[in-house]
Amino acid sequence: MTFREIRSILKKKTVGIAGAGGLGSNCAVALARVGIGKIIVCDFDVITKDNLNRQYYFHEQLGQKKVFALEENILFINPAVKVEPHVIKLNPESIRTIFKKCDVIVEAFDRADMKQMIIETVLGYFPNTPLVAGLGMAGWGDSNSIGMRKIDNLYICGDEKSEIAEQLPPLAPRVGIVAHMQANTVMEILLSN
Amino acid sequence: MKITLNNNPETVDAEHLTLQELIEYKNFTFRLLVTKVNGSLIKKEDRIITEVRDGDNVAVIHLISGG
Repeated sequence: MTFREIRSILKKKTVGIAGAGGLGSNCAVALARVGIGKIIVCDFDVITKDNLNRQYYFHEQLGQKKVFALEENILFINPAVKVEPHVIKLNPESIRTIFKKCDVIVEAFDRADMKQMIIETVLGYFPNTPLVAGLGMAGWGDSNSIGMRKIDNLYICGDEKSEIAEQLPPLAPRVGIVAHMQANTVMEILLSN
Repeated sequence: MKITLNNNPETVDAEHLTLQELIEYKNFTFRLLVTKVNGSLIKKEDRIITEVRDGDNVAVIHLISGG
């Protein structure tokens, strides 16, 4: 498939991204570069200095809401993408409303309890919508431990073992690998339909 | 019984177990898990009443912080 053909398919697609941190911001930018039609992104947080070791933001954006800064950065790269930002802390009810029309949903939260919440919500209410989750990416090195496995309509990207800790922070290289693996999985799903 | 656990064949030394017993048998000690049996989501509170039998397909996903 040529890039022109790829773009003509992807521009008709909508991807929902839950979280605009390390996974969400990098995944969204990759999807914007390949020409996804619409990105719906949800996050309640603002950008802090600690985020810049892995998240797709710039120093001058410190203090801004992540979803608005991400919209701005995406439009710098590809103004054809429609971005729908939501400043919200997602819960089962809002996930059902906001992501109702998405072709694929990306789980890009940082906290394990939020990951569990969205996986159970999407599997329960949208069993036919593919969900691409990121699990296990803290630290550095050991690139080959990061993989993707599929359980029905749930796609898990990550090493499924490295939990963040004071001595094992999430950093750009491994978080970026998982975020791009998520974007790659989204492309694979959308181009195979 | 022989089951599929996380996409791999697994032989368990029992005729049947509840999903909660299987989790303990496998020493899955993570606080947060998502569990599925034969494609159906099984909520935490239902793991003690969900039987796992020969031939079942079980998925246990460990929820890990970071993103």
